[in-house]
Amino acid sequence: MVDRLRRSLAIGVPAALALRPFATAAQAPLRIEITEGVIEPMPFAAPGFVPDGGAATDVAARITQVVIDDLVGTGLFREVPRSAHIARVSSFDAPVAFADWKAINAQALITGAVGVSGDRAQVRFRLWDVFAQAPLGEGLQFDGSTASWRRLAHKVADQVYARLTGETGYFDSRVAFVAASGPKQARRKQIGIMDYDGANPVMLTDGSALVLTPRIAADARRVLFTSYASGAPKVMMLEGGGRARTVISDASGMTFAPRFSPNGARVVYSRSVGTGADLFVSDIGGGGQVQLTRGSSINTAPAFSPDGNRVVFESDRGGTQQLYVMSAAGGEASRISFGDGRYATPVWSPRGDMIAFTKIAGGRFHIGVMRQDGSGEKLLTGSYIDEGPTWAPNGRVLMFFRESPGAGGGPQIYSVDITGRNLRRVPTGGFASDPSWSGLLS
Amino acid sequence: MMRATVTLKTGALILVALVAAGCSRGSDVTIPTSPDAGYSGAGGLAGLDGVGTAGLGGGTLPGTSISDRVLFAVDQSTLSAEAIGVLNAQVGWLTQNPGSPVLIEGHADERGTGEYNMALGSSRASAVRNHMVSQGIPDGRISIITYGRERPVATCPEESCFAQNRRAVTVVTGGPGA
Repeated sequence: MVDRLRRSLAIGVPAALALRPFATAAQAPLRIEITEGVIEPMPFAAPGFVPDGGAATDVAARITQVVIDDLVGTGLFREVPRSAHIARVSSFDAPVAFADWKAINAQALITGAVGVSGDRAQVRFRLWDVFAQAPLGEGLQFDGSTASWRRLAHKVADQVYARLTGETGYFDSRVAFVAASGPKQARRKQIGIMDYDGANPVMLTDGSALVLTPRIAADARRVLFTSYASGAPKVMMLEGGGRARTVISDASGMTFAPRFSPNGARVVYSRSVGTGADLFVSDIGGGGQVQLTRGSSINTAPAFSPDGNRVVFESDRGGTQQLYVMSAAGGEASRISFGDGRYATPVWSPRGDMIAFTKIAGGRFHIGVMRQDGSGEKLLTGSYIDEGPTWAPNGRVLMFFRESPGAGGGPQIYSVDITGRNLRRVPTGGFASDPSWSGLLS
Repeated sequence: MMRATVTLKTGALILVALVAAGCSRGSDVTIPTSPDAGYSGAGGLAGLDGVGTAGLGGGTLPGTSISDRVLFAVDQSTLSAEAIGVLNAQVGWLTQNPGSPVLIEGHADERGTGEYNMALGSSRASAVRNHMVSQGIPDGRISIITYGRERPVATCPEESCFAQNRRAVTVVTGGPGA
């Protein structure tokens, strides 16, 4: 039973395919910019990936659809549907009938093929700039287990996204989260992990103990979380090799709000101290503990900068919850939030340029972003409860959870891009909260 | 045509079942082994598999009419004069019934973020313990725990419910009538 989660995810490093020589027109590269302005989604076509033989027919169709869904789901691309296609792609290596794709205004064309043999699958694709009548980048091939066909599709979509936006992709990634059920007064909570699009959800804990704030490592192999399994809230860790274990050597006291350092070797967390709470950093396994804050205020929700040198956190030392930044080795903290309201749950973009946060103002909760010096504050969402942002691997999209009010209400996970556009719900089976997004998987 | 030979593996997390192990902590106090074990119906909280009483009025210490809880202002853990009155009555009973260990649960309402509410719950429980100790209850008799906003007694999205959730509850564990 315990191996239910283990999937052989050996994905080969992509291989470049031999290309037919085409005359490349000297023209601006096909590109959609992710900017503040109004976006007109780029129309693209993805005719069904060609199966190499009957065994691949079903997988080829499913992979094609996931590639399409990934791109359309960004809000940056619009699919020209199959019903509008003039040309049919029946062979991966056949010449492209550019005029037919141009006629239906597909600016980008994705062609592909899928082969299956036994439990191994292989996908190859090419991306075409239709109006330039030229390939956009190299054709690539990905190999993996058939069971991980979704990851193969995400790898293709990440390549297409990167070439068309100039940004790295984010589709081949995993999200840890809390699955909640039962009455609001006594929720049963489990740590789950799923693909970024909600597929392949698996529960990592059984619900017998209250669990909170899962935080996934960048490589998705470990999850830090807070658990009441020992009676009081304690920071614990789940990893591929075995059972949950405590990570903080000092067994006394209540610890919570853990996060990995970027290299995964350390953990920063909050510990109740008297009537306040302080931040501590220690090695996974407990050694090398450093106390970052002292005093009687509440210091919590810490997060590392992507270079691991600084920590952003929330503190009420000034009277209300505000955001502060300090060195991960200790020292003075500088306040970076200055607007009206309370600021909480800060997380540093993997690009290092921005910090996302929860803001409570005027009785509403908002997800917002600001530059790391606190300037440029922008609110992206607002509702009764919008909370707990987590960054996509490319720092251009956020997930968070939104909770509807009242006894029958509950949390759901949403995503939004950093311009505030493309708010979408991430489909989960029931109530879900506290998303934590991994890095791009390799 | 280039073909790489490196194969990259990606690990996956293995399903584990957390074992809820009861353990003693420091003094003779037994920490509840599950999030609901400490409640025993006090305050009418629903159990994992059942529905409790409405419990809007809150509970009492065993066999008494002394309230088992105090309430707090938004984002605060300071004790009001009314709270101190209730706690002093609790201290009186605890002094006369010295055998039972005491657990103070701190809670918060849902109009704040999760981590802050965890700390706030702990802060409230700590404030109650500090007062009890100042009134003569031995420090080792009292343990504290926070539940943040995880265990509300009232779920309506109004201040009348939020106020009830901003509480510290005194749970007498292992004593008569508990």
